[in-house]
Amino acid sequence: MTNAPLMTRETVINTLLALLLLAIPLGASAMGEPFYITLATRIAILALAAVGLNIALGLGGLVSFGHAAFFGLGGYAAGILATHAFDGVPLFAGIPGTASMPIIWLVAVVVCGLIALPIGAISLRTTGVYFIMITLAFAQMIYYFAVSWPAYGGEDGLSIYVRNEFPGVNTAQPLSYFLICYVVLMAALGLFWLLRGSRFGAALQAARQNATRLAAVGIAPFNVRLVAFAVSAMVTGLAGALFADLNKFVSPSMLSWHMSGELIVLIILGGKGRLFGPVAGAMLYVLIEYALGGITERWQFFLGLILLGVVLFARGGLLGLLAGKARHG
Amino acid sequence: MSIALLLEQLLNGLQLGVMLFLMAAGLTLIFGVMGLINLAHGSLYMVGAFACAAVAAATGSFWIGLAASLVAAAAAGAIIEVTVIRRLYDRDHLDQVLATFALILIFSEGTRWMFGSFPLYLDIPPLLQGAVPLPGGGQYQLYRLAIIGVGVVVALGLYVLISRTRLGMRIRAGESDREMIAALGVDIRTLYTVVFALGAALAGLAGALVGALQSVQVGMGEPALILAFVVIVIGGIGSIKGALFGAVLVGVVDTMGRFLLPKVLALMIPAAQAGPIGAALASMLIYIVMALILAFRPSGLFATQS
Amino acid sequence: MAEPVLEIRDLKKTFGALKATDGVSLDLRPGEVHALIGPNGAGKSTLIHQISGSFRPDSGTIRFLGQDIAGLDMAARARLGLGRSFQISSLAQEFSALRNVMLAVQARQGTSFRFFRPVMNDKSLTEPAMAMLERVGLAGRAHLPAAELSHGERRQLEIAIALALGSKAFLFDEPMAGMGPEGSKALTKFLDGLRHEAPILLVEHDMDAVFALADRISVLVYGRVIATGTVDQIRNDPEVRRAYLGEAA
Repeated sequence: MTNAPLMTRETVINTLLALLLLAIPLGASAMGEPFYITLATRIAILALAAVGLNIALGLGGLVSFGHAAFFGLGGYAAGILATHAFDGVPLFAGIPGTASMPIIWLVAVVVCGLIALPIGAISLRTTGVYFIMITLAFAQMIYYFAVSWPAYGGEDGLSIYVRNEFPGVNTAQPLSYFLICYVVLMAALGLFWLLRGSRFGAALQAARQNATRLAAVGIAPFNVRLVAFAVSAMVTGLAGALFADLNKFVSPSMLSWHMSGELIVLIILGGKGRLFGPVAGAMLYVLIEYALGGITERWQFFLGLILLGVVLFARGGLLGLLAGKARHG
Repeated sequence: MSIALLLEQLLNGLQLGVMLFLMAAGLTLIFGVMGLINLAHGSLYMVGAFACAAVAAATGSFWIGLAASLVAAAAAGAIIEVTVIRRLYDRDHLDQVLATFALILIFSEGTRWMFGSFPLYLDIPPLLQGAVPLPGGGQYQLYRLAIIGVGVVVALGLYVLISRTRLGMRIRAGESDREMIAALGVDIRTLYTVVFALGAALAGLAGALVGALQSVQVGMGEPALILAFVVIVIGGIGSIKGALFGAVLVGVVDTMGRFLLPKVLALMIPAAQAGPIGAALASMLIYIVMALILAFRPSGLFATQS
Repeated sequence: MAEPVLEIRDLKKTFGALKATDGVSLDLRPGEVHALIGPNGAGKSTLIHQISGSFRPDSGTIRFLGQDIAGLDMAARARLGLGRSFQISSLAQEFSALRNVMLAVQARQGTSFRFFRPVMNDKSLTEPAMAMLERVGLAGRAHLPAAELSHGERRQLEIAIALALGSKAFLFDEPMAGMGPEGSKALTKFLDGLRHEAPILLVEHDMDAVFALADRISVLVYGRVIATGTVDQIRNDPEVRRAYLGEAA
């Protein structure tokens, strides 16, 4: 828009959300409450995973019900590399493990991209319910593989004994680790913002709104969607690597279909396709989990009710309520 | 490896297939008629299992429990159809996924609330205890054979229901043209509730039958649900025939894969490795089959919709 | 005579028992408007869908610029220069009119896999797109979402998109539908000029527009072309009068 105001309402809310997420752990650190730092780190990582999914789901309209596969693969990349580094046993063919986060992240991202391509290529031949179920089925395939493959803990999962290293930062310190995750989240949001506004983003959003139109101008929707699916998987995989390091543990539960459902829930709670939707959603989700979890063991029962209410009655999510309908220049 | 063992595994695969068919038939019917993807179908399976186990424990009769499972699952289905599902028919699939995901959370925690976190156990009824001899010298559990029999009866019953009865005619009309059926003066809301409750009852029946083979616990419906998804994706969403074919295929491939793959691998690599690798591969097998089928037939083998 | 731009030979397509396209042959020559008329259900849209690549014909050939395009999908045909408008307008509804045309501009440039540069400040996209909107008279509505445009405006937008693609032939499926008499007249005049850029295969029910624009007319009835000729030939063709115009008169 040519005459748009300098700061839209949504930009203001986004800025406030970003500052709030930063303020919680800083405040908690000042008051000596490390628990809240971990909570904020969890929010940042879940938000990052959902930012990834938001590329496919929000921009491309691809309801992937299998993104836990990439979240878990990222986690296992961190866990496996760290284990080999810790034991001093080479991975294979003499390649050593590593405890360096940047290398682990790179591996997680590349692995997720490479696995997302064939999964996407098969799944994207279908649409609608088929796509939902097939992405779910592929994620289950990887889940069952992780459960039954004994080399890396199988069902019991894999512990990371010492949190992996980042050059110049003491990652064992909760606040430092939060800041790493926060910076990565902000970078991913920047990427999402750029993508959305780019030529690729235009084609991707057009594929969601009207795939026939996109084909009629000569852009094959399949190619656009496949690239988006892979990029989306890579971001979610990066989040998985961070999550494994946060918990110092990775298990098949990161790959479970419940996780895939949670990632979709985060996006819908926050506002689908919105830049900060995943952040708002992750904050709300962790808040519900923490607040309800403090009151009742059965918090998921009430989460279900809240979610049902949002789907049936508040379709724009939190950002839809706060910032109004989404706009496309 | 004896013929009897192979036959036993084949029958196990068939029994798993029948159980999946009971799940998948309801799912595919609900999708075909109402265009709804229902994740909470696994919860209805769980409801059936819990109802059967609880009532059987209270009355001492498996058969009363079985009847209770049908009633409880159908009632639960009808209740969620009227309160929640009905609002989702004209929504997109994403909303349907989320709302029914929310229902899973509610059902699972609700069941834990009522029955606690410990699994319930359900005994095989005395009438069906024991085994029958197999050709080749083996024995096979009578109860599992009975499950296969139930599957055959249900498949025939559904065929008759859909092709021969008034309700079936309305279901078929609802699949092809919703406006038309409304114009015919059929009360579409009631039809939808009935179809949903029917699908729920089949899921409940599956849950109750399987409950006697494994423990009855929260979360038991989810693996069954996901396998049922694989079944209807392979068979073609909306097709009962596809559900039957897909269910038997998935049941047999999964069971035989777990049985045979480690043995086949052991011929090529050391047995110590063949076991775990074979097991890992076997657990992925049905998904690989699904991927292969979809690579050639993106809308399944018996797709009814283009 | 110049080589036809588009050449269709013996195209057949059945849906169950219905022969929607029953051995259609026709061609589109440089610089002409070739109108395709026929009663409802004659198979005009089915034919357009096969040419543009939405449906695959059962048999027959479609050659475009000398190349057999039967095996290509819709996107590939569009990249070769087959620009179309839809009978029921088909647009990215949430995007503004401008962004809809910008999509065509980037498609023509082949730059859809650029991930970072914002499109809204990119003059290599906005300027050509705006120019096309001006040509069809939609510049004033450039920033409205497609969903908020009127029926007639959406048709104009579809034409602007086809223009922006630099199409070498246009397939317009009832572009006048839903337009008032003023709009139809303006669009007729516009299409009259457009034929010099690229030939137009025009499906249209508005007979005033057809008779004003068409160099040749083909009449489609029950999936068959019963006559092809100039406006006068078609007006005086007894079979056409009986099968089609006669009913209307």
